[in-house]
Amino acid sequence: MNKAATIWEVFIQSKNGLPHKHVGNVHAEDKEMALQNARDLYTRRNEGSCIWVVKSEHIVSSVPEDEESFFDPANDKVYRHPTFYDLPDGAKHI
Amino acid sequence: MKNDIFSINLQKHNYLNMQEEIFQDKINAEKKIEPKDWMPDGYRSHLIRQISQHAHSEIIGMQPEGNWITRAPSLRAKMILLAKVQDEAGHGLYLYSACETLGVTRDELNKQLHEGKAKYSSIFNYPTLSWADMGAIGWLVDGAAIVNQVSLQKTSYGPYSRGMIKICKEESFHQRQGYEIMAHMANGTKEQKEMAQDALNRFWWPSIMMFGPQDSDSPRTGNAMKWKIKRKTNDELRQNFIDKTVAQAELIGLKIPDPDLKWNEERGSYDFGEIDWEEFWNVVNGNGPCNEQRLEHHKKAHTEGEWVREAAKAYAKKQTHNE
Ligand SMILES: [Fe+2]
Ligand SMILES: [Fe+2]
Repeated sequence: MNKAATIWEVFIQSKNGLPHKHVGNVHAEDKEMALQNARDLYTRRNEGSCIWVVKSEHIVSSVPEDEESFFDPANDKVYRHPTFYDLPDGAKHI
Repeated sequence: MKNDIFSINLQKHNYLNMQEEIFQDKINAEKKIEPKDWMPDGYRSHLIRQISQHAHSEIIGMQPEGNWITRAPSLRAKMILLAKVQDEAGHGLYLYSACETLGVTRDELNKQLHEGKAKYSSIFNYPTLSWADMGAIGWLVDGAAIVNQVSLQKTSYGPYSRGMIKICKEESFHQRQGYEIMAHMANGTKEQKEMAQDALNRFWWPSIMMFGPQDSDSPRTGNAMKWKIKRKTNDELRQNFIDKTVAQAELIGLKIPDPDLKWNEERGSYDFGEIDWEEFWNVVNGNGPCNEQRLEHHKKAHTEGEWVREAAKAYAKKQTHNE
């Protein structure tokens, strides 16, 4: 039997209405255990209202080597930002 | 001539130099290094050593305090101590997580601890003889750890830095509960005050040794500072801790056991006496009062937990089978 435990990434929603945020990981064998371990490890001081756990092996990540080709195309599209536009003087509420 | 061995080696060499330069530029610009980023082998191995030593310290550190949970003098004291020890377990786990991002497994880290290849903080090789020791540990040992950890919040490795930030948030209760115990005992009966003073006497020097050897004797500091793994040297951190702590001792009427301790107007810091480095190295090298006991206990708990880990695996396998 493979001895190493499965690693799960933990995401916590700190308050109802806010997005879940990555906080770290836990070792566990099944979903229930992963949730309980995450509860014990990351919410000892009311840090959360909801927890997600995901097996680390299921996370797909971009890699640093691709950073430029992946993200640079956004650089020359300044027209995606509101500050790009010339508005007539005196225009309000826009 | 392009593909002879010499030229290939040269290309590899240039490539590594270039990577190292990019890496150092990032560090100098205070950018964090993340797990998938390129890093020099020395940076990785230094981090694994430092973070695992830190993690092992949190876990082994549960033993001297766990020793007093069943004998806490009140229900309030017992609940607080339980919560504190549980936090330390959490700190250990945050740090093991950070260490695992560098490509080493938890099993390997445990193995290094059990084989004596990885160290943990020597302070936990001293026994806890009285309830006042719970006060001294919280106040001084957690106090010293906080000084170190606050500076490490700015360490260059992202996962380590995030772990430190989380830990620092939880630590201040640890130090306060310890100081509260000391203050109560120092203001209690004559015997209680003596116990508090005795605990301070025993834990003071080991606490200031926690920052490690003097800068002049710590060969690895150079790279650790260049790579911004460490942000302050051992001596700077030690001085910082002493300067904070002296007034706290005075306030509760306890005396720091160092006849050479004296305010230095010019430096704006306290001068202090010579540290017994022989004792320090002796305990680091395994000959402290509790080294053997601490490690044996850890191994025993690990071995006796084997069936639980196996059962959890078997259960998980059955669950997936039924899905
Ligand atoms: Fe801790
Ligand atoms: Fe602590």
